[in-house]
Amino acid sequence: MNDKQTSVAGFRRRLGHAGDVVHDRWQQAPGWQRWAVYLLLIVAALLLPSETIGSFMSPDTDWATILFFPIGTYVLLAIGLNVVVGQAGLLDLGFVAFYAVGGYAMALLGTRMGWNFWVIMVAGILICALSGLTLGAPTLRLRGDYLAIVTLGFGEIIRITARNTDEIGGPNGIRGIPHPPSIEGIYIGDVEIFKYGVLDPRPYYYLLVALAVVVIILVKRWEKSRVGRAWAAIREDEDAAEVMGVPTFRFKMLAFAIGASIGGAMGVLWAAKSISINPNDFQFLLSATILAAVVMGGAGNLPGVMLGAFIVAWLPERFRGLQEYRMLIFGAVLVALMIFRPEGLLPSRQRKAELKEGSGGMGTLGAEVPGPESHGEEVASK
Amino acid sequence: MFNDFINQFWPSTVDGLAFGSIYALIALGYTMVYGVLRLINFAHSEVFMIGTFGAMFVPFVLGINSALTGLALVGVIVLMILAGMLASAGTAVALERIAYRPLRRRGASRLAALISAIGASIFLQELFALIVIPNVFDRPQQGRIQMALPQIMERTDLFSIAGHPVKLHQVVVVVAAVGMMIVLDRLVNGTKIGRGIRATAQNPEAAVLMGVNIDSVVRMTFLIGGGMAGVAGALYLIAYENTNYYIGFLFGIKAFTAAVLGGIGNLRGALVGGVTLGLVENYGAIFFGSDWKHVISFTILVLVLMFRPTGILGESLQQARA
Repeated sequence: MNDKQTSVAGFRRRLGHAGDVVHDRWQQAPGWQRWAVYLLLIVAALLLPSETIGSFMSPDTDWATILFFPIGTYVLLAIGLNVVVGQAGLLDLGFVAFYAVGGYAMALLGTRMGWNFWVIMVAGILICALSGLTLGAPTLRLRGDYLAIVTLGFGEIIRITARNTDEIGGPNGIRGIPHPPSIEGIYIGDVEIFKYGVLDPRPYYYLLVALAVVVIILVKRWEKSRVGRAWAAIREDEDAAEVMGVPTFRFKMLAFAIGASIGGAMGVLWAAKSISINPNDFQFLLSATILAAVVMGGAGNLPGVMLGAFIVAWLPERFRGLQEYRMLIFGAVLVALMIFRPEGLLPSRQRKAELKEGSGGMGTLGAEVPGPESHGEEVASK
Repeated sequence: MFNDFINQFWPSTVDGLAFGSIYALIALGYTMVYGVLRLINFAHSEVFMIGTFGAMFVPFVLGINSALTGLALVGVIVLMILAGMLASAGTAVALERIAYRPLRRRGASRLAALISAIGASIFLQELFALIVIPNVFDRPQQGRIQMALPQIMERTDLFSIAGHPVKLHQVVVVVAAVGMMIVLDRLVNGTKIGRGIRATAQNPEAAVLMGVNIDSVVRMTFLIGGGMAGVAGALYLIAYENTNYYIGFLFGIKAFTAAVLGGIGNLRGALVGGVTLGLVENYGAIFFGSDWKHVISFTILVLVLMFRPTGILGESLQQARA
């Protein structure tokens, strides 16, 4: 038993070492090599919806369809949530609310006002950023678990309000949401890439990839900038950051607004494809799943988060043959993953160091997310 | 509208007290675990759900299908509560052993514990929908359909307040809940186990140095919290006569709201919070309609956290009077 454990640990260390080598190599690679890899990845993403890959990846469902939803959708939502959870260290359990706001923005503006998809995309992003700020303003003074519960409460309030308000369709939701405007006759291979209809999911998938590329570039730039450093400081120790002159509240608001905009953009795109939406599309389970994707992949590390989202979305689809049992297995896999690799599949390096330092001993769970402990002690000492 | 309020004040109060007692019993589990581990036990909602099915098992096995009276009724109710406690406490302890302890040992982040809890929650729901309900309760293909309790008692009017009748089941719920609260209060404040729990909540490191066995304290915390959720499950089933595999989610959030409302980590706070939430929710429903009941309680949660995050009684499992 003991032998086995050490060998597992050794294997893990070697694996970690291999990861470090790749990471160092990547850091030192000249710009043109990196761009080549990025280009290759984008091309790979564009080639992904082919039949040959699909026959292996999802024998039971149409591969291109599930590439848009859930896989692509989850990946983009996870990128958005990662800004909030992974970078700024704010635990948000109601992320689905922003996805819902984006979806409803598309549905309402598209059916009632007859606006064009692209206009709504811009409007939707603005509305979601605004709703992120509205939600953040009162709640972001809270920390850790309390913030998690408040965001969960808000997510449910949005869903139940949508269900109870007949002006926006009540429990039946909204039907007849327009597709994005098509440009016909442009073929690449056998796909008419700008024809947004009902039958072919691939144009939507390409649109999603384009959106993802833009979002990833923006998020990466933010991460490397002053904003990203401020987020990291807040994540590590909010009080220290505040003392050092980081306007923590403002940066937390910014993280919320950016996360919300990304979630909202995905909501707009998703609603434009799916024709009808209803409040049940925005259950708490979706928030939990996206959060699971972020944590499982390794919060704070973009490739890790995308991998996590891919796995979380793809596994249940791949094992559709097991039908109802897939969610059961999904739950068990989440628990097992957290037991064996609590830092996530591809943890960010900086984050890993933080975790090591901040983990508590003696039976308490490490205080990674700053909780109200200090507060509790204050009360106790009175 | 004001007339409505006057007319429905007493029925709402009685309903609110019954619901509030159930919230309070579930809230105890959240509060105790939070007090000791600083962890929101997200899977506690499923512990409650399993309690309702544990209680359901008793009339199912005994084959009861007509209303009972007298001693037989008391016996069945006690058996249901015991079965609920057993099922829930067992689940809670298993949960701690499988989903939390390995994480605790590794000093993992609380975020990891949260995800583990969410995973366990999904697993338990699906386990009941797919395996337990179809097989144990002999309902093939019906795991996801609401399950009704056979009628075990007549819902007679016991007495009336201001012309509004108070029914037997409502009295049973409130009395049993208050009884359990007193038992728990004695357990935490008057026994050695309770002292261990309080010591750990106050300062885990010092508790270990003083010879407290943290693992057994944590296990006891989950056991007691789970047992209370089991009582809540049995009482819910007796009062509302149906259950399903996803019932835990809503009650879980409500009970957590109650725990925060009263002051998380504070046992008496859970009682105060639960009853307050039950009452406010039902009074609010008179004004806004019962569709908005859940929105009302979530709004309360948000408001409490914003303006008085320590809750009504303040957070303190640590303080001896808790």
